Amino acid sequence: MRQVAIYGKGGIGKSTTTQNLTAGLGEMGKRIMIVGCDPKADSTRLILGGLAQQTVLDTLREEGEDIELDLVLKPGFAGIKCVESGGPEPGVGCAGRGIITSIGLLERLGAYEDNLDYVFYDVLGDVVCGGFAMPIREGKAQEIYIVASGEMMALYAANNISKGIQKYAKTGGCRLGGIICNSRRVDGEKELVGAFAKELGTQMIHFVPRDNMVQRAEINKKTVIDFDPACAQADEYRTLARNIDENQMFVIPKPLSQDRLEELLMQHGLMDAV
Amino acid sequence: MPNSKAKVLDRYSAKVYKNRKEHILEIDECTEEQQIAANSRSIPGIMTNRGCCYAGCKGVVLGPLKDVLLITHGPIGCGFYSWGTRRNKAKTEDGRNFIQYCFSTDMQEPDVVFGGEKKLRQAIQEAYEIFKPSCIMICSTCPVGLIGDDIHAVAAETEKKYGIRCVAYSCEGYKGVSQSGGHHIANNGVMRRVIGTGDKPPKTKFSVNLLGEYNIGGDGWETERLLKRIGYEVVSVMTGDGSVETLQNAHLANLNLVQCHRSINYIAEMMKTRYGIDWVKVNFIGIDATISTLREIALYFGDDEITARTESVIADELEQISAERAYYREKLKGKTAALFVGGSRSHHYQYLLADFGVKTVLAGHEFGHRDDYEGRKVIPNIKEDADNKNIEHIEVERDENHYKSFHTPERYAELRQSIQLEEYHGLIPDMQAGSVVVDDLNHYETEAFLEELKPDIFLSGIKDKYVLQKAGVLSRQLHSYDYSGPYSGFKGAINFARDITMGIYTPVWSLVTPPWKNKPVLEGALVQGGEDA
Repeated sequence: MRQVAIYGKGGIGKSTTTQNLTAGLGEMGKRIMIVGCDPKADSTRLILGGLAQQTVLDTLREEGEDIELDLVLKPGFAGIKCVESGGPEPGVGCAGRGIITSIGLLERLGAYEDNLDYVFYDVLGDVVCGGFAMPIREGKAQEIYIVASGEMMALYAANNISKGIQKYAKTGGCRLGGIICNSRRVDGEKELVGAFAKELGTQMIHFVPRDNMVQRAEINKKTVIDFDPACAQADEYRTLARNIDENQMFVIPKPLSQDRLEELLMQHGLMDAV
Repeated sequence: MPNSKAKVLDRYSAKVYKNRKEHILEIDECTEEQQIAANSRSIPGIMTNRGCCYAGCKGVVLGPLKDVLLITHGPIGCGFYSWGTRRNKAKTEDGRNFIQYCFSTDMQEPDVVFGGEKKLRQAIQEAYEIFKPSCIMICSTCPVGLIGDDIHAVAAETEKKYGIRCVAYSCEGYKGVSQSGGHHIANNGVMRRVIGTGDKPPKTKFSVNLLGEYNIGGDGWETERLLKRIGYEVVSVMTGDGSVETLQNAHLANLNLVQCHRSINYIAEMMKTRYGIDWVKVNFIGIDATISTLREIALYFGDDEITARTESVIADELEQISAERAYYREKLKGKTAALFVGGSRSHHYQYLLADFGVKTVLAGHEFGHRDDYEGRKVIPNIKEDADNKNIEHIEVERDENHYKSFHTPERYAELRQSIQLEEYHGLIPDMQAGSVVVDDLNHYETEAFLEELKPDIFLSGIKDKYVLQKAGVLSRQLHSYDYSGPYSGFKGAINFARDITMGIYTPVWSLVTPPWKNKPVLEGALVQGGEDA
């Protein structure tokens, strides 16, 4: 069982990418579980064809610890099992603690079946506290992919997340598998993200072009592969899925210094734009 | 014993040595010039006796208020372990008394994740419906601070919804370096929301508040008995057997008597600024100390009748205890004692011990600040660090409607010749050459100093009581009086002397030989060949 965590700046397209990519893996016949670690509980909407009705934490709150796994673990497209950790409404409680509680509960309930090929964790925005690093602690995700684009803040965030990975790599053994570039069509994006990845000691595992098809599929509560299997964007996600499935490059990232990161931005993208 | 400090410190690593040496002073002629390190973080790994911020706020200052329904917002342990442990006695005429209760929101994991405000509101509603209190107070524990429950908003809501007083305290345990921060937070809340909200004037001119008296073992009752006998009117006691009902009128009294300087000096200072009420440091622990305290209070009021009655009460009380006093002095004379408590008791009890000829060889505070050791004169020189700044300090302004000067400026000038107002000279000036002062004494140092100084009596708390008894030394708890008391005033002094004498002359702990002293504690056999080893 490969456990994979997807991180990246808020709004970069982690959930969209994760679901489209897992749809590709599902199409290949892989058995997959997605664990949504965002209090908004919208990490599995495209696979399930709508928002999950019961999150782990809501159920815990209402029913106590005696939870039926079937109630929170729902199959969707290509048999992908989906579970949402859920969490408090914005501004109250502790979402980070929620993730720790939720993953602990899923383990006790036996959600991690041996016949699974992949478990994907879709984690909220930045690693703001210990709770959001839970999926990469010891015994959890060994493989991490960061979703980024050529935008400055996305790369800042990716660099920061790499610092977190570096810390946990020493204790938990997690490794960075690559950067997924979710294109925003900024100048020199492919080269910039490629160079950034290389500097981190990893790879750009795929450049996913920007395509309105993604938006259209999303409105229809579907992944691209589900919505229009024959379109070009569906093939892009299939390529991403294959690249991840065949990936052999797992590294402890070497985060860039602030100066070096800015230098890289000047070199590739921003200079041309000026 | 000279050089005991060096011997005790010798066992430490360089880093710990550097820290701890600043917390230990050997008293000699030039001590006056020396500073002591205090109110700073304990070293991780060292077994310290300190408590937490929540303990200081809830357990010490607010806990004794008998008409307050005090809710601990947090996991059940914090509420449970601060329940009924302080022996701060209280009684009420109508039998409605909240201090024997323990109220807690019993926070669970889902409350941490989803926020605990809802549960707190529910707890308040239940408490209100069952008990109909006139005042609810809420104390925060660590997780509440981490998840950011807005207890102050809930308190404001409660006031509107039920029409009662509700005060919240952000006294999360992790704040500050000891329970001292919690005292300060409690002081701030009481000053902001309670004192000054009543309008019942005292009946007489000789009206006083007793501050920093928590009525452990009934001390406050004994002190009040003396004060009332002389003719004083005790408006409020902070907070032993105290109540919001009386505290709200505290600003109408004419003098503040400060017993425990550490835990309550903030209120004394703020009341001086806002209402002009003078405060004097008092000490009702010890016969001679009580006498000089009573005389000072009489001097302050400067009334002939009060002065005469002070002297006659002193004479009468002394007369009542004279035979026992002489007997116990004979029994205890020449003994030595070590003291490690709180932020004031290690000073107060030196007077009581001296009454019976007992010499103090070691004294220290768990959570005292430099001013408790060296006197208030050092306050301007105390360097603030990040831990102190974490505790809110509030500035109050003069209340023009209630501000008063009890005396004329001329009379104040005259008074200052004979008594010290708004002053505390600290513990160190009262200690004899050759004795040792230790701040934040830890378990290793307790054992090491026992070895060096060999005191007959060790007065401290529950956390080191059994260490002391195992070492064969008499231990009495000054936090709880081991179910005895009161120890204040004249009669209390005799209670104390009786308890100490009983302990000294019944030295059971030094007569016990534990099995490990003359038998091996491990049994084993030497294995030959090694295959099964």
